[in-house]
Amino acid sequence: MSSKVERIILAGFGGQGILFLGKVLAQTGMHAGKHVSWIPSYGPEMRGGTANCTVILSENEIASPMVTVPDTVIAMNRPSVAKFNLKIKAGGMLMYNSSLIERQEFRDDIRLVEIPASEIAEELGNPRVANLVMAGAYSKFSKLITFEDLVAALPDLMPGGKKEMLEINQAAFKKGFDFVEEKKYMFGRYVYSVFKGI
Amino acid sequence: MAEKVLMKGNEAIGEAAVRAGCRYYFGYPITPQSELPAYLAKRLPEVEGVFVQAESEVAAINMVYGAGSAGARVMTSSSSPGVSLKQEGISYIAGAEIPCLLVNVVRGGPGLGNIAPAQSDYWQATRGGGHGDYRTLVLAPNSVQEMADMTVAGFEFADRFRNPVLLLSDGVLGQMMEPVSLPDPIDYDVDSKKWGLGYQGKDKNERNLCTSIFLDVDELEEHNWHLYQKYQVMTDLFSKGEYKDFAVEEHLCDDAEIILVGYGIISRILKTVVEKCRKRGIKAGLIRPKVLWPFPSQVFERLQQTTSNFLVVEMSCGQMVEDVKLAVNGKKPVYFFGRTGGTIPSDFEILNEVDKIVRPD
Repeated sequence: MSSKVERIILAGFGGQGILFLGKVLAQTGMHAGKHVSWIPSYGPEMRGGTANCTVILSENEIASPMVTVPDTVIAMNRPSVAKFNLKIKAGGMLMYNSSLIERQEFRDDIRLVEIPASEIAEELGNPRVANLVMAGAYSKFSKLITFEDLVAALPDLMPGGKKEMLEINQAAFKKGFDFVEEKKYMFGRYVYSVFKGI
Repeated sequence: MAEKVLMKGNEAIGEAAVRAGCRYYFGYPITPQSELPAYLAKRLPEVEGVFVQAESEVAAINMVYGAGSAGARVMTSSSSPGVSLKQEGISYIAGAEIPCLLVNVVRGGPGLGNIAPAQSDYWQATRGGGHGDYRTLVLAPNSVQEMADMTVAGFEFADRFRNPVLLLSDGVLGQMMEPVSLPDPIDYDVDSKKWGLGYQGKDKNERNLCTSIFLDVDELEEHNWHLYQKYQVMTDLFSKGEYKDFAVEEHLCDDAEIILVGYGIISRILKTVVEKCRKRGIKAGLIRPKVLWPFPSQVFERLQQTTSNFLVVEMSCGQMVEDVKLAVNGKKPVYFFGRTGGTIPSDFEILNEVDKIVRPD
């Protein structure tokens, strides 16, 4: 992952809060003084269909907001892995919701990060915050936004939001962040790719 | 400048319009521009403005004609098929010299097409679009910030030239979010238009009339030459006068062996292509027309003397390329690369086209 720019594709079912997750990352980047862009996939879609969006965080002005080869893909469901897995830049990262996506034969030239986001969200008492668990986890890897930036940007993302919602969203960020911090996401292949220096 | 906010392009147009003194919006929903009427449906009542979801596009554009004739700052927006429906009204508005802002968030055509981004309405936008000898001033933003800035500029140009101004955007620019600094609000005074039907000033001693009906042949010819002269004034101002720098952006053209040409979202992709070319030792540059009519021909007339090739890239089968060819006038080769039907070309595809031209072996 380049330190100057992070190109991210986020994908999942409609209803999993994919567009909002993208907005969280973009708003946080803006809060942290970075250049950002956010583009949704939009189409004649409906609940239960697929949704994805593209986010760029950058230290420099963003020329093209379009992303052909993402540095990172955050996949919330199985079809998203199938759709975007092969597009990830060599040396990039696939962060996936292991509550809904089983471990499988992935490419060995990318970093794999397994987060049981839906289960963590259930434990927090609200399955709808799985997307924000992923945001917290991503902030641990990002060189452009931090966990603190996420927390600071949150009130702007939910104007008029209730205090309980604010708290559970923050808790979701924290759980995702801690999961990565405690290196619970690592498994055989990942350790192997770290040794290879990828 | 105000603090930046993260907004969709469509919403940025809406907020900028309100801040530019627009208090009247008439439209009919269509993807991918519906966030704009949705935003204004909520926002205009807060500033005692009027939002009407009309029964059709035809009704909406004629409501714009009415409010504009009264001297108000007024706008409508739509996407390709809806803008086609509005053309009759736009012709009347141009004939009667009524200022207004029109927004086309272009989608794939022809026909119903699809809701993906496209640039295939260039001809319709820059050749008038409806019947009769007329032109609309066409602005082409390439970021959410410019969606806001050109909305404000659009209202000012419309008033200055008493002419409809068209903001030509596309599905990506309308749907994407970027940080934007919104313009400061202004107080717009309807009485600033002495020709308006709503003019209430003291020196009013005769009734005003706004019309495009000139039944007498000589009268209509005189009117049409009057419009033509106005378009000439606009062309001069945008090619060599005070708006010369507003009309076009040049990037690394001075030493370029190949100059890429594109507007709107394509110009952003081309900037990335130029960076990649330069890294690989290809001297590439970029011309981005920000105003599509009057077309910034002067830049091409000048740069054809120093460059070897032009490559025009569009999300269409090739429309603006004709204006580039007219400006270059056969003196240098003008190549074209396009994707259509709602497909956005990738930087890799375009780089490949550059290679074919610059390194044909």
